[in-house]
Amino acid sequence: MGEFFNIFIKAAFIENLVLAYFLGMCSYLAVSKTVKTAFGLGLAVIFVLGITMPINWLIQEYLLSETGVFGTDLTFLRFILFIAVIASMVQLVEMVVEKFSPALYNALGIFLPLITVNCAILGGSLFMVSREYNFSESVAFGLGGGFGWFLAIIAIAAIREKIRYSNVPPALRGLGMAFILTGLMGIAFMSLLGIDPAAFGN
Amino acid sequence: MAETNVKEATTKEPLFQFGKKERKLLTDPLNDNNPITVQVLGICSALAVTSLVYPSVVMSIAVIFVTGFSSLFTSLLRNYIPKQVRMIVQLVIIASLVTVVELTLKYLNYPVYKQLSVYIGLIITNCIVMGRLEAFSMANKPWRSFLDGIGNGLGYGAILIAVGVVRELFGKGSLFAGSPIEMKIIGPTAEYFINTETSTLFGWYENNNLMVLPAAAMFIIGIMIWIQRSYNQKLVDIS
Repeated sequence: MGEFFNIFIKAAFIENLVLAYFLGMCSYLAVSKTVKTAFGLGLAVIFVLGITMPINWLIQEYLLSETGVFGTDLTFLRFILFIAVIASMVQLVEMVVEKFSPALYNALGIFLPLITVNCAILGGSLFMVSREYNFSESVAFGLGGGFGWFLAIIAIAAIREKIRYSNVPPALRGLGMAFILTGLMGIAFMSLLGIDPAAFGN
Repeated sequence: MAETNVKEATTKEPLFQFGKKERKLLTDPLNDNNPITVQVLGICSALAVTSLVYPSVVMSIAVIFVTGFSSLFTSLLRNYIPKQVRMIVQLVIIASLVTVVELTLKYLNYPVYKQLSVYIGLIITNCIVMGRLEAFSMANKPWRSFLDGIGNGLGYGAILIAVGVVRELFGKGSLFAGSPIEMKIIGPTAEYFINTETSTLFGWYENNNLMVLPAAAMFIIGIMIWIQRSYNQKLVDIS
């Protein structure tokens, strides 16, 4: 359990997907104009990241690796399979959510298809492979990474809502300011490096 | 019948012509329609590799290859792809090209491959590739789509290398570190072109550690957008 929290905290704060690795930057900048939409997208990312990560772990372990079902090294198929899993999971999640929770569907709605091309999802799966996580660690990494992404987009959306009333130079308005704010947030998050994950039990 | 149609089409417009329109396809993404600073696409997998120039150059070449050829192939197949599954088809085309790039790079230059790590794979979800396929290749002839892809790759690469140069020069005092043409510009040992230990003019100089942090890439791009928009008023965000 300690290891689980350790990885969750690390993925959410210290190695934040947006602020430390620039993953999911496109939708992060495009959908962060208001807190309400940012909230919807953030939830959808936690959701999809939490689901695809364990599935991709199973695929990597039981289909692609040398010890898997086919007994040969099939890792060159990794990109195609991972992206196919992500695209189909997003489609599936969209259908399930639409059927069982129309309220949530209305909240997430248009953001779900966007997530297929959100680099944070594929990036998370590739990090999971290169860091050789086991199953529970990959679940923790998926949830933690998603939570960190959620925090970052909510924060930038809130700041951008407020900064609209400030006197920013015209050429810097909108996009330019969003970049500089993200940079400042990145530095702020770096101070969390001081957190010792071992304090959460290990 | 079908054959004559194809012939007619080719006689009307030669397969590989390079006129004003085609040149615009290549140069437009460099400034007025830059993928990063104007379209805001493809920032995801880009910035993390820019702390050194050499990996940025390799990354740019990889992206130019993928954007160019995925546009070409999608455009060739555009009449056969059903509308409903076009995303998946496009992703498969991109993913196969990226796999080719990954394996080639792994063979040619293993250290850089290690440095780029997951970011090569992330070209798949680089929005600029998908974005151009959706916006241009699905509706245009192969040759022009190819040029559009290459042009956007170049516009992307230009920003990437510019950010890389600033970050490496001010962060590490060198350029192209790790490559055969490594240049040591400014630093505290005799190896560097300007030696800050002995130089009277630059004795105060120290490398800026902020430039090595991911946040620096954000500031540099923000400032680039600022400069570009102050010269190009029509890009200014009014909202």
